[in-house]
Amino acid sequence: MSTEGLSMMLVTEIIVTLITAYFFFKILFTKKIQETDSYTENDDEIVQ
Amino acid sequence: MLKTQASGWGSRLGLVLAMAGNAVGLGNFLRFPVQAVENGGGAFIIPYLVCFLLMGIPLLFVEWSVGRFGGNKGHHSTPFILDSMDKRALWKYIGVFGIFTNLAVAAYYCYLESWTLSYVWHSIADTFGGKTQGEVAGFFGNYVSVSSAEPIIFWVLCLFLNTWILSKGLSGGVEKAAKIGMPLLLLFGGFLAYKAITIHAGEDGALFDGTVGLDYLWTPDYSSIWDSKVWLAAAGQIFFTLSIGMGSIQCYASYVKSKDDIALNAMSAGWMNGFVEIVLGSAIIIPITVGYLGIDGMKELLSQGGGLGLGFKTLPYLFEQWGSLLGVIAGVAWFGLLFFAGITSSLAMGTPVMGFLTDEFGWKEKNAAWAFGFAVFLLGLPTVLFFNNGVFDEYDYWAGTVSLVVFAFVEIILFAWIFGMDKGWKEINQGADIKVPIVFKYIIKYVTPVLLGWVLINSIPDLVNTLNHKGSHENPGSQEKIDLYQDEEAMRKESDTLKTLLNAKEDFQPSFLSPNVVTDEQLMANKNITIPTYLLIKKERELEKIRTDIAYRNSKIEDEEKTMLYKNMSRLFLLALWLGIAYLVYLASKKLKLKKT
Repeated sequence: MSTEGLSMMLVTEIIVTLITAYFFFKILFTKKIQETDSYTENDDEIVQ
Repeated sequence: MLKTQASGWGSRLGLVLAMAGNAVGLGNFLRFPVQAVENGGGAFIIPYLVCFLLMGIPLLFVEWSVGRFGGNKGHHSTPFILDSMDKRALWKYIGVFGIFTNLAVAAYYCYLESWTLSYVWHSIADTFGGKTQGEVAGFFGNYVSVSSAEPIIFWVLCLFLNTWILSKGLSGGVEKAAKIGMPLLLLFGGFLAYKAITIHAGEDGALFDGTVGLDYLWTPDYSSIWDSKVWLAAAGQIFFTLSIGMGSIQCYASYVKSKDDIALNAMSAGWMNGFVEIVLGSAIIIPITVGYLGIDGMKELLSQGGGLGLGFKTLPYLFEQWGSLLGVIAGVAWFGLLFFAGITSSLAMGTPVMGFLTDEFGWKEKNAAWAFGFAVFLLGLPTVLFFNNGVFDEYDYWAGTVSLVVFAFVEIILFAWIFGMDKGWKEINQGADIKVPIVFKYIIKYVTPVLLGWVLINSIPDLVNTLNHKGSHENPGSQEKIDLYQDEEAMRKESDTLKTLLNAKEDFQPSFLSPNVVTDEQLMANKNITIPTYLLIKKERELEKIRTDIAYRNSKIEDEEKTMLYKNMSRLFLLALWLGIAYLVYLASKKLKLKKT
């Protein structure tokens, strides 16, 4: 591969892979924040 | 009235995978690499990423937050999600696009998806083994011309599978499908990308290394960056790859609880789609095709059938070069990957329709799923039976292109300027697990609408052109046809005169008129024919040739007129579908008003 093509490919793919991995791991390891209010009874309900 | 949320996501990972699956489609593997090759190679990635940051991510934030907002008001389809943001009746009917697009796109997309299922079967059955490149391409031509019942059987099977999964609900069906489909898609993609880039010239009949194709795709032509067409292509690619402007993202997000994150989920799903497209999508069809057929061969095939042609007509033949076992494995991996990419997207098209029927008409989820399947069957039938008459392309243009851009543009105006950016920004950040940079507030308010407006304006000439030249009853072919008939009439008269003159000549034999019986050379060498007779025969032969040409052109024009008829019928069909959904929205809003009073 030409240096230009190879460097363009590697830079792009490394950036995209790292960002994707960062957000994906954040999804996997972020713990659900406990609600500060005690009024959680209506969280699963919808008011129409 | 209090209503318990009937359906919902089982896990956050399931939601993100389903949302990424919604975005990852056949275009990631068949459209993106072709767009890159045709728009500056590696330099294409610059406008692509800029459009992703300025249009893709902002629209993802908007659609996720719009969906969650509407979902918490009890609505899971865009007509009433938009209605919950602004009470003016107009928005409900703008929201019709969010159901219309999903139904119309599913109608042709499920057919495309069924090809992949059928090709998985044919790969296992080794149908392509020992076939020439032309024969493999011919197989596809026969397949889409529906010369046997097979395409219909696979299509119905595919529809049944989609409907069955949808009938199991979000966590029991869609989420499970995404959890199985997405990892397999990555596995198959990784395997094919590895095989593609390790192709060596001289091995298994390869002419070049696989890296030659990669180099061709990635070597940047920076001069292309100044071309507005390249930017338009990048914006279009971002638009279609993320499934924005469809109404399916809003529907998936409407099942997220009000205090749960959407910002990180949106980023994760969006970048996952980018990863599949940029890293895997660029490393399969182009390197394999260039490896075996060279850059010129690849370009020629692209000009004939685009990415779809490469994927279905060429790759099955090239996989066979890897040996029979590896050929079968590669075929299963390639079409299996396309199938998973397709089904995770088509499932997302079913949920808004189901949401609409369950929310507004009180249907059971299962019944709504089967109603969707039946509607897609009816709408898709013309795309299957009249594929070669342009019905498929017509659906794709109006529902899969025009409708998306129009809806996304209007939606962002509603979000940023009518619902209000301050309120909107609060929605995006509510429960967020990441800090969204404040710059996005201004991008959403000013930059994205301008960019979308630019895309919309640029698509107007194409739209006008389509309507004027292809949609008009007075199509240009008609005048051409009249001219041809007039020419033919004059020619017939001339021919009759010549024949009368020839019959009067004693040295003339009727067999002289056929070039197949007496060639031009034999005619010239025949010393029994006088020069005037020879000249008359030559003239008659020329006229016959022109007449044959006219007959061929006439038949082409007739074909074109037939295609036009099917295209116009498709347009009427789509218009009727939109109006039908709008009528249902009207009925549903009347029902809601009655309930409230």
